[in-house]
Amino acid sequence: MAKEGKTIDALSQFELSPFLGGFGQAIGFSQSNAFMLLALGLITLFIMAAAARGAMIPGRLQSLGEASYEFIQGMVTEQVGDEGKKYFPFVFAIFMFVLFGNLLGMLPYAFTFTSHIAVTLTLAVIVFVTVTVIALMRHGMHFFSYFFPEGAPVWLAPIIIPVEVISYFSRVVSLSVRLFANMVAGHVMLKVFATFVVLLGSLGAVGPFVAVLPLSVNIALVGFEFLVAFLQAYVFAILTSIYLHDAVHLH
Amino acid sequence: MRRILLAMTLSAMPATAWAASSAGGPPVEGMPQLAFGHPVQGPLLIGQIVWQVVIFFSLFLLLAFVALPKLGAVIENRRQRIESDLEAARAAMQSAEAAIAAQREATQSARTEAQAAVNAAMQAAQQEMDAKAEALNAALAKQIAEAEARIDQGRKSALGAVRQVAGETVEALLSKLGASADAGKVQAAVQREATARGIS
Repeated sequence: MAKEGKTIDALSQFELSPFLGGFGQAIGFSQSNAFMLLALGLITLFIMAAAARGAMIPGRLQSLGEASYEFIQGMVTEQVGDEGKKYFPFVFAIFMFVLFGNLLGMLPYAFTFTSHIAVTLTLAVIVFVTVTVIALMRHGMHFFSYFFPEGAPVWLAPIIIPVEVISYFSRVVSLSVRLFANMVAGHVMLKVFATFVVLLGSLGAVGPFVAVLPLSVNIALVGFEFLVAFLQAYVFAILTSIYLHDAVHLH
Repeated sequence: MRRILLAMTLSAMPATAWAASSAGGPPVEGMPQLAFGHPVQGPLLIGQIVWQVVIFFSLFLLLAFVALPKLGAVIENRRQRIESDLEAARAAMQSAEAAIAAQREATQSARTEAQAAVNAAMQAAQQEMDAKAEALNAALAKQIAEAEARIDQGRKSALGAVRQVAGETVEALLSKLGASADAGKVQAAVQREATARGIS
């Protein structure tokens, strides 16, 4: 579905298609959602398998599961403090959902659901709403003092409050656009260079030799994309932790 | 082998799903992520969000109430095990230290006891020796005193005999000379002479 008519078509990889034909079309279930479901299954399987044996001396899988558990738990407790322990499953779910979305997208033929702004925005809104609800539940009306720092001169309120409100809401945008842009850019680059390989490779006798160049670029890009996959999941999780910190402590 | 098979199945699954469905509809203009107006993409984009919310919520519930508590229990178990083992090791070390201290104390007390016993024995021996020496000294002193008394007496009696012999000799000499002297005077003279020569 890539390059009909010898043009570089880097964007059609992001097109949604109904999962299992008419059935998916009827309930609006795309292959993107299928990969989300796959991610859910793999994440749950991963953690359950890691915990299954419960060995004192962990094997490889158990070590990996425990390392991810303790990594996120450490991140949450470091950012939020001991009160943050109860929000750990939420941050863990966010981290794993983004990470598996990014990593599944690295498989050939796979769909990268984190490359959809609708998905990352929804995730960011989930984080935003959760954090705001936690802040309101913990501090009640006092939460709104977040938008006007104590000790600031009152006459500055007309400037400070709108700025603070905008910066608070811009969290949604920055969270979602960062992940979306990273994934789209990476996958577009991969596609463009992969198309170069095919286009150059069909240029007669020298073609295959020249095509080695974009191919090697693509190999490097794949490695880079794996780094980005982990990094963006980490960034999403740590920003969620930082927002949780603000919700719990108000500055 | 099983892992390779699993990996192959996993990677083949999306491909087959992709092949089984086709997007359809007119070509998508611009970014498919923003094609909310497209007849096929639009509803799918909306559906994607709805399903995402459902799937993410399910993932959160599964992780928060099923998977993570299990893994957390494993980690907590190990932590407690390590802690209790450390505690036991610490207790063992403490009891070992206490045993060493007790042993040292016992050695010390045994040593002082032995020292005291040696001292007492030495003192007793000394006392006994002193007592024996004293008794011996006393006996010797008594014997000396007795011997001295005997000597004294012997000398006295000897001297008495000397005086008597002297008196008799004087009388004999006098009678030989044809003179006689009063026995009392002779006796006094002998006494005087004996005193003058230091013979009491």
